[in-house]
Formats: sequence, structure tokens, C-alpha cells
Amino acid sequence: MKGMTPIVKEVTALVAGFIAIFGAHVVFHGHLSPGGGFPGGVILACGLILLCLAFGREFVTGLVGEKTATVYDCVGALAFLFIGTVLGYYGGVFFSNVLVGGKPDFLLTDGGIILPCNVAIGIKVGACLFGAFLALSLFRPGSKTT
Amino acid sequence: MVFDPTVAVYALIAFMFLGSIIAIEARDLLSTVISVSAVGAALSVIALLVGAPDISITQVVVEVLCLIVLIRVVVTRQDETVDAHPSDAATAMGLAFAAFLVVVCAVGFVGLRPFGQPLLADAKVGAGTMGAQYLEQSFASTGSPNAVMGVLLDFRAYDTLGEATVIFAAVIGTYVLLRKVGRKNA
Repeated sequence: MKGMTPIVKEVTALVAGFIAIFGAHVVFHGHLSPGGGFPGGVILACGLILLCLAFGREFVTGLVGEKTATVYDCVGALAFLFIGTVLGYYGGVFFSNVLVGGKPDFLLTDGGIILPCNVAIGIKVGACLFGAFLALSLFRPGSKTT
Repeated sequence: MVFDPTVAVYALIAFMFLGSIIAIEARDLLSTVISVSAVGAALSVIALLVGAPDISITQVVVEVLCLIVLIRVVVTRQDETVDAHPSDAATAMGLAFAAFLVVVCAVGFVGLRPFGQPLLADAKVGAGTMGAQYLEQSFASTGSPNAVMGVLLDFRAYDTLGEATVIFAAVIGTYVLLRKVGRKNA
């Protein structure tokens, strides 16, 4: 699988960066606008899958391989758990919102632990679903090259 | 004038019924996948119409991902659909179960509130419930203008942790089942 036609490659090269920025925007503004860690992470994974389909698998696995996806998956999950347990320990309650303070003013810093939680979930879900796609397309025994 | 989404919602629900039936009856696996995706797209539009943009975004995005993965799986695999008819006992069992499901739904859905009139919109009944409390306090106590995120990651973060665990376990299972070789000699 060496990728698709030059038209698809050109359009993907133009669009891929914007998809990544949009995914990051959805993750980081989860507490201000609709979205959040889960949809944002899926958008990031979709961008990587688009690169995979357009440029061929080897192009993307050079950047983000199966091992990297697994590592980011675990890092995101552990970061989320860390926020829940360690910060929750200081707050007294599991997942207590220790970082919130002052008046809500529609800034990125609102919401206390919600932003770090969203980032952790975004990393986790993005790496997770991209890893699932890689597993489905890489690990097939005797896979036909399309 | 406020846009009343009820008619559009019912039309979309009818479209979803149609799509589901086509998905079941289609001979071709690819048509089935596309019909299922059409049902999902209609569901996301319904979520948008009834005022749930968070769900709508998630639905659309996950639907696209599933469509890509399913098409990749379907296109590279031959259609191995067996054109066999189930036995009479299996048909009778299926019909009995379907009838049971219909009866349970009919009994259970009587207790639900009518469509388009959620509990929180009712000032008398909705006041003082937990949902109303969440809506009132989410902005002040979590600092999150998006009340959905306030509930999801502050009041109910424990549920979200469980959800994350489910995805994590599912993908680990995928890795284990689909890896190329069993690591007997490693």
C-alpha cells in the first residue's frame, strides 16, 4: 500500500494540519464549547488515519507507530488516574476539583481539573483509537496489499 | 418564532427505521455498512435538533471513524455471507423474544415523560432534583461554562474514569487478539 493518487495526497497535505489544530481546539476548549477530550481525541485519530490512507501506512508508522500509540494510550490513562487520585487526595475526595478558584470568566484556565482531564482523555482516546486502527490494518496475518 | 424540531425529529426517526431495515436486508456487506452509517448520521442530526451539541459532535466523529474502519475491513474481506435459512425452532424463538421485547418496552415506556418535555423543563416537578442542582451549581462550583463538561468531568468524573477504562480494556483486547504472531518463542 503506497498511498493514493497525487490529488488525494495534495489535498491531505493541505488539510491534515488543520484537522490536527481543530482536534486540539476541541480538546482544549472542552469546558467552554461543545466537545471535550473524547471527540477531540477521535478527531486527532481521524487525522492520523487520513494520513495513513492517503500516504500509505509506512509514512505514518514512521512517525507514530504501534509502540508509540500504546505508550501514549497508557500515559493518557495514567495521567487521568493521577489527576483523580493524587490531586483528589489533596482535595479530600476522589476527583475533587482542587484547582478551581476565583470567578469563572470564560477563559482557558477555568474549570480547574477539567482542562487537564480533557487533555489526558484526548491523548488517551486518540492514541487508543489510532492504535486500534493500526492493529486492524497491520496485524492481519497474510494481509493483502491494496 | 421558535423552531419546533418535533416534525424533523420524527422524519429522521422514520429515516433511521428505513436505514436499519435496508441494513438488515441488503445482500452486500458494503451497503449494510453504509446504511448503518446513515442511521448514525441521522442520530447525530437528531441530537443537534433537540439541543445536545456535545453528543452530536461525538456521534459524528465516532461514526466517521467506525465507517472508515468497517469499510477497510469489508473491502479487503470477501463476502462470506451464508445464504441459509434458520430452522423453525430458531425462528419461533426469535419471534417470541421479539414479542417479549415489545411488551417490555410498551410497559416500560409508559412511565417515561412525553417526548419533548424533559423533567427539568417542568418547573414544579424538576425543581430540587439532582439534575436541577447540577445545572444551577455547575457554573459556580466547577467554573466550567459548558455544563455538560462540568457534570462529566467534575460531578461525575468517576463515571468518566470507568468509561476510559472500558475503552482501554477494549483496545488492549484488540492488540492481544490481532497481533501477528503468538509470542511463544519470545
